[in-house]
Amino acid sequence: MILQDNLGPNGDSIYNALMQAHAGLSEAESHALNARLVLMLINEVADPDRIAALLQEARSPASSV
Amino acid sequence: MAYDYTPFPYVAPPGLTEPETRHPVVIVGAGPIGLAMAIDLAQQGVRSVVLDDNNVVSVGSRAICWAKRTLEVFDRLGVGDRMLAKGVTWKVGRLFHGDKPVYSFDLLPEEGHKYPAFINLQQYYVEQYLVERAQELPDLIDLRFLNKVTGHTDKGDHVVIDVETPDGTYQLEADYYVAAEGAASPTRKRMNLPFEGQTFEEHFLIVDVEMQQSPFETDSPERWFWFAPPFHHGQSALLHKQPDNIYRIDLQLGPDTDPKAEATEEKVIPRIKAIVGDTPFRLDWMSVYKFRCAKLDNFVHNRVLFVGDSAHVVSPFGARGGNGGIQDVDNLGWKLAAVLSGDAPAALLDSYSEERCHGSAENILNSSRATNFMTPKTPIEALFRNAVLDLAETHPFARKLINSGRLSQPCSLHGKTLQSGDHPLVGQSLIDAPVGNGWLVEQAQGAFTLLSIGDDAAPDVEGIRPLHIAAPSPELSRRYGAGHYLIRPDGHICACFGSADRDQITAALARAKGQSR
Repeated sequence: MILQDNLGPNGDSIYNALMQAHAGLSEAESHALNARLVLMLINEVADPDRIAALLQEARSPASSV
Repeated sequence: MAYDYTPFPYVAPPGLTEPETRHPVVIVGAGPIGLAMAIDLAQQGVRSVVLDDNNVVSVGSRAICWAKRTLEVFDRLGVGDRMLAKGVTWKVGRLFHGDKPVYSFDLLPEEGHKYPAFINLQQYYVEQYLVERAQELPDLIDLRFLNKVTGHTDKGDHVVIDVETPDGTYQLEADYYVAAEGAASPTRKRMNLPFEGQTFEEHFLIVDVEMQQSPFETDSPERWFWFAPPFHHGQSALLHKQPDNIYRIDLQLGPDTDPKAEATEEKVIPRIKAIVGDTPFRLDWMSVYKFRCAKLDNFVHNRVLFVGDSAHVVSPFGARGGNGGIQDVDNLGWKLAAVLSGDAPAALLDSYSEERCHGSAENILNSSRATNFMTPKTPIEALFRNAVLDLAETHPFARKLINSGRLSQPCSLHGKTLQSGDHPLVGQSLIDAPVGNGWLVEQAQGAFTLLSIGDDAAPDVEGIRPLHIAAPSPELSRRYGAGHYLIRPDGHICACFGSADRDQITAALARAKGQSR
């Protein structure tokens, strides 16, 4: 699981592209986009152990607002 | 103690009584950018007249964060040490989400630079110091306060300017007209130039308060930024220290705000008390503002040249407005001087537009992204923003995605017309390092300089000042390595050579002066 920065100088532009992908969508459409995106990224990662670790880390309760 | 806004004297200009001979340069606007422009030109022997419709420095602190590169330019203009001595030096930024610290960053983690990453200094001090520096050059800089430009006409080989004073109107002629009038630029409007970009709907409240007791819990001043601050019902807040125990507080108010109602003591004082508690304070200045990101397509229109906010505006997050304007001056000064002296063709000015349009587009890109991150426009943007902030508490990758402003850095001019070769340092702005008892920025700016590091001296080339350092400091070696570096007067590296070949150096110099392509 890579939790150190892996995007280097491209972080801001990639985040911006993600926001652009959602531009103009309803909340339901955005949820659907997110679901498709997660499934596609899971397919990119492929390794079941890494996917399990990522799912567990994302599941751990967010501590704030 | 509140700043003493002493008016500058108005003197009836000679043009009221008899026509003035044509001036090489007229600069419209005596803000930080116009004043720096006049000083830069004067130091190269170019006379200018500076016209301003006002006669006091900036009212309110306005631009307060001055970046390392700006201080290095100020050093060249003879005011760097004074700005540094008065300014509040900071380099650590700290981010909070609610009342929880998320992480902090150090903007200049290494030693061996004359100037720090940033100082905070009120715009009125910056303007005062620049005016006082300009007054040291009275034969070269003609400062005219309460001289309002009401019209201008580009005649092809010169510009005619209509000026209004308390004693009546007169006309001036100039070879070049430099518009440094700020975001509302009347020159730009008179010329009907498109100024397109993104407008942001959020209102921000900006307040300066004077307090004896520091609100920072750390020993040295820092930049503190809150997402969802506990003391303010809004998306974000920012706290900075300025000289004279004045603190800058920025509060995001949201889009549905009545700016007039917000900029009142009865509304503002409770907001400040929510932050500082019972600490006594004095309200020094406040303003409610919206902003946009926009630029001209071209900064050069024949004899009319645009610098600073006249040419481009950005959101304040990242301190890219004032600092970007100083880089315009740095870029244009030597070019305009070279064109006026006949040392370079007029086409060299096109490279000013090429290079600074690139720089301001980069500034707009960065400040727009920061503003978008700070002001989520939809629930899904807010969802992602909050997920980033949550993850950032434990995961370093997410800290890098938090964007509270990517602070001003000089842009690279790599690949632009005046630069030669593709060495990675080509196009970069000078990286400072200790040299002898001083600093590289003191010795390698203001003229074309060939920095030679190592045993080999460079051959003499006319128009180039040699700077041979046989025994470099460890920092200089680490940041450059052995070799020869041709540095423009504005401190950008325009060519690098492993060995010093006279023909190659001469060709790179000609290219950097726009004499060849």
